[in-house]
Amino acid sequence: MKKKILVIACGAIARELVRVSRLNEWQHIEFQCLPPELHNRPEQIPAAVRAKIKSQAGDFEKTFVAYADCGTGGELDKVLDEFGIERIAGAHCYEFYAGSNNFKALANDEPGSFYLTDFLVRHFDRLVIKGLAMDRLPQLIPVYFGNYQRLVYLAQTGSQELQGLAKQYAEFLQLEYCYKFFGDDPLSECLKPALENQA
Amino acid sequence: MTDEYKDEDIILSELPDNELVEQMHDDLYDGLADEIAEGTQILIDRGWSASRVLKEALVDGMAIIGVDFRDGVLFVPEVLMAANAMKAGMSILKPILSETGIEPVGKMVIGTVKGDIHDIGKNLVGMMMEGAGFEVIDIGINIDADTYIAAAQEHQANILGMSALLTTTMPYMKVVIDTMVERGVRDDYIVLVGGAPLNEEFGESVGADAYCRDAATAVDAAKALMAAAS
Ligand code: B12
Repeated sequence: MKKKILVIACGAIARELVRVSRLNEWQHIEFQCLPPELHNRPEQIPAAVRAKIKSQAGDFEKTFVAYADCGTGGELDKVLDEFGIERIAGAHCYEFYAGSNNFKALANDEPGSFYLTDFLVRHFDRLVIKGLAMDRLPQLIPVYFGNYQRLVYLAQTGSQELQGLAKQYAEFLQLEYCYKFFGDDPLSECLKPALENQA
Repeated sequence: MTDEYKDEDIILSELPDNELVEQMHDDLYDGLADEIAEGTQILIDRGWSASRVLKEALVDGMAIIGVDFRDGVLFVPEVLMAANAMKAGMSILKPILSETGIEPVGKMVIGTVKGDIHDIGKNLVGMMMEGAGFEVIDIGINIDADTYIAAAQEHQANILGMSALLTTTMPYMKVVIDTMVERGVRDDYIVLVGGAPLNEEFGESVGADAYCRDAATAVDAAKALMAAAS
């Protein structure tokens, strides 16, 4: 019988985590998500994770954090070091959705790439368009995206509906559209070492 | 000339100087570029020097915005609208300032590091440094060590500024500074670094002269370090 593991996760990857967890039959894991809005306010992530660890981790044999550095500039790692807790390796979710090497190749290929994931396509309107006020102030679109050449959709499910939306968003931003299907494997591979190797 | 009417029917040209400057601070806060251009022109027509208009009406107004951005009262779009309004004022002042032939306080080359194309923070710092009397050469985004060093040498800059917003690109600042050391030019320049994920400790660890958390701090640090170096 495996011990119970607590996974404190970014709300922006909740669906994917649940799917990966089902696929791998991880019944020993409990996910607890923090609000996805923290994505645009990374300075608030370390404190939110700390609070969660303090209030919940005591009830579990082990805790894992399903965040990358996510723009905290090492501050999240300081919190995790204090408690001896691991997180997903890498800089941000775009990296772990594509796999590090694939992501680096894409970024090298065209530095002016803006990345979408299933989550970001689903919430593009709220998080990107409204989040950066491009609906209220369309004159800001070129200020934000003037340096960008293409929109790269790093897809998890391959949903036709999401692909249609992603294409629309590329048009809206006047960027070339590029579709890369990676599925759930890269994320699953990131999590396996921490969640399956039980001492 | 036609007077512009605001929501509350404020006629800028009828306001006394101090109220006009206050109104311009409000208009900057609200990102109203036309009103800022108008106010700037009125003050110049009333005989204000361009540098006084710049300092009291524009730079002091942007400082208020900087504080509210830092405290989370304003977010990125509002800052961009304010910066745009300030630019409208600056475009009137710049030709006058260059005519008067005042020597710049110093020269700064600024760019975003290799692999990174975030440029809002860099642009804002560049603008505020110009506002403080520096000549700013913006070399753009995705800048490698060779380009930084070549630009600093070409323009005989006093200050080299690097911006990074990604945790994957901030370590490149160390590459640039190490290359400067290797080539024996590190001490020819004051190196300032900034960007949201950086901190004081990081600035020290890469060997920068200062980490600056915002544009106002950058101006203060640049002035202090220039004074210390001379
Ligand atoms: C706006 C924004 C964008 C805009 C950029 C528009 C542009 N033209 O720059 C858009 C939407 C295009 C964008 C794209 C991306 N972004 Co972005 N972005 C932001 C956001 C929300 C705000 C950054 C900003 O402009 N702030 C406003 C300015 C005024 O502040 P500032 O940059 O900090 O600058 C101030 C100080 O830092 C300082 N300063 C800055 N530079 C310098 C330089 C010197 C010399 C000095 C002295 C001082 C100084 O002074 C400035 C003025 O006060 C941040 C989150 C955040 N809260 O920081 C994410 C953020 C930086 N982005 C992030 C990411 C991941 C991306 C993308 C990869 C996302 C994607 N889906 O593809 C892409 C980049 C792709 C690529 N090829 O590089 C992450 C980084 C995570 C990480 N691990 O590094 C962040 C932290 C968001 C997050 N949590 O995911 N982004």
